[in-house]
Amino acid sequence: MAEPVKLIGTFGSPFVHRAEVALRLKGVPYELILEDLTNKSELLLRHNPIHKSVPVLLHGDRPAICESLLIVEYIDEAFDGPPLLPIDPYDRAMARFWAQFIEQKCAKPFWMALWLNDGDKREVFVKEAKENMALLESRLHGKRFFAGDTVGYLDFAACGLALVLGVLAEVTGLSLVGEDEFPLLRRWADDYTSEETVKACLPPREQLVAHFSGKKDRIKLAVNAMACQM
Amino acid sequence: MAEPVKLIGAVGSPFTHRAEAALRLKGVPYELIHEDLDNKSELLLRLNPLNKTVPVLLHGDRAICESLVIVQYIDEAFDGPPLLPEEPYDRATTARFWAHFMEHKFSMPFWMALWLDGEPQKGFVREARENLALLEEHLQAQGKKFLAGDSVGYPDLAGSYIPLMLDMFKELSGTSLMGDDEYPAVRQWVKEYNSDEAVKSCLTNKEQLAAYFRVKKDKYKMMVKAMLKQQ
Repeated sequence: MAEPVKLIGTFGSPFVHRAEVALRLKGVPYELILEDLTNKSELLLRHNPIHKSVPVLLHGDRPAICESLLIVEYIDEAFDGPPLLPIDPYDRAMARFWAQFIEQKCAKPFWMALWLNDGDKREVFVKEAKENMALLESRLHGKRFFAGDTVGYLDFAACGLALVLGVLAEVTGLSLVGEDEFPLLRRWADDYTSEETVKACLPPREQLVAHFSGKKDRIKLAVNAMACQM
Repeated sequence: MAEPVKLIGAVGSPFTHRAEAALRLKGVPYELIHEDLDNKSELLLRLNPLNKTVPVLLHGDRAICESLVIVQYIDEAFDGPPLLPEEPYDRATTARFWAHFMEHKFSMPFWMALWLDGEPQKGFVREARENLALLEEHLQAQGKKFLAGDSVGYPDLAGSYIPLMLDMFKELSGTSLMGDDEYPAVRQWVKEYNSDEAVKSCLTNKEQLAAYFRVKKDKYKMMVKAMLKQQ
């Protein structure tokens, strides 16, 4: 009999989403345990003592697996079902390379830009993000998703970008990306969030907007403090 | 016939070492193309336009960038001793988790402690030591020679800057990271890594890095200070 799978996560986190969508695409039943990250549970701290973050995957009674993209690779290797990463080593290398690029060079600068108070600092991050997004846009030529006709590893890796372009733009009232900019990425964000399996584990947009609106001040405080320290 | 393998790298680059060591561990013949990082070649800029950095692996006409992506590619594309464990759970937890730790949590405070002075340096030294304690705990609990088993593997390559740089840490930074009797398991891991035949045979090795960083010390110190002021 299959060992129980539990996913410790938190509402609205693109990192948790990556693990959830991977489980669903593989057809693995799981229990989602939601954390309040301002009041971390003993369960979370016990299973991820080093990083103290979500998501955390518990498979049977094995010690936890942490870090969202590592969890996705584990799910791909440990369970039967359609492959989440490409099979060919070179294609796998490309997927891993672009996942890192998206996280470090697109999503991160955009996230900073959305919450920074200092307009000059914001401009620097926006410029960086946009230069990099132009490179990403070219990866979507002739493809519906980054992984091809169906969603895969690189699409989940990029899901934070979808969040930034959509929900967070609305929450902050900052349209850092013009309506006519990056048409392929905008179309990808729409296609991704409406894909059947993805949609089944994404909260409705209004809930995400409400959630991030509620956290707005706290996020701004943390990001601006971090920017000062850096 | 096997397609030719070339590695574009620089002697002062611990990232190049990761890729080179992986090729040697796997037993893959390759040609090392030396890059002068102060005067980047047209070849490098063409093959790695995004990050413009070393290492870049050329396998036939395929170019792969980013040292840890390269190491995983080498493990998957070539036959030879595995650099990651076979079992999915061990791959995810021991190997990949500790590689991620080395790359994302350990590296920044380590580099900052190396190149800063005074009070800012002390803070990073403290953080680096906390990370050393976590590493020590893992090595003791696991009881193996290396981070994921008894042979050099993916997480060891990710953390290879530690065994490569530890001896010269005091000379470069002006301060000590650990006492002679501290972190015995980490010291042992460093010793094992530096004694590995494949590692020693790399052209980007401890001696090369030491020579490079001695020359560049002042430049790196200035760069890091400027970086902290800017942000």
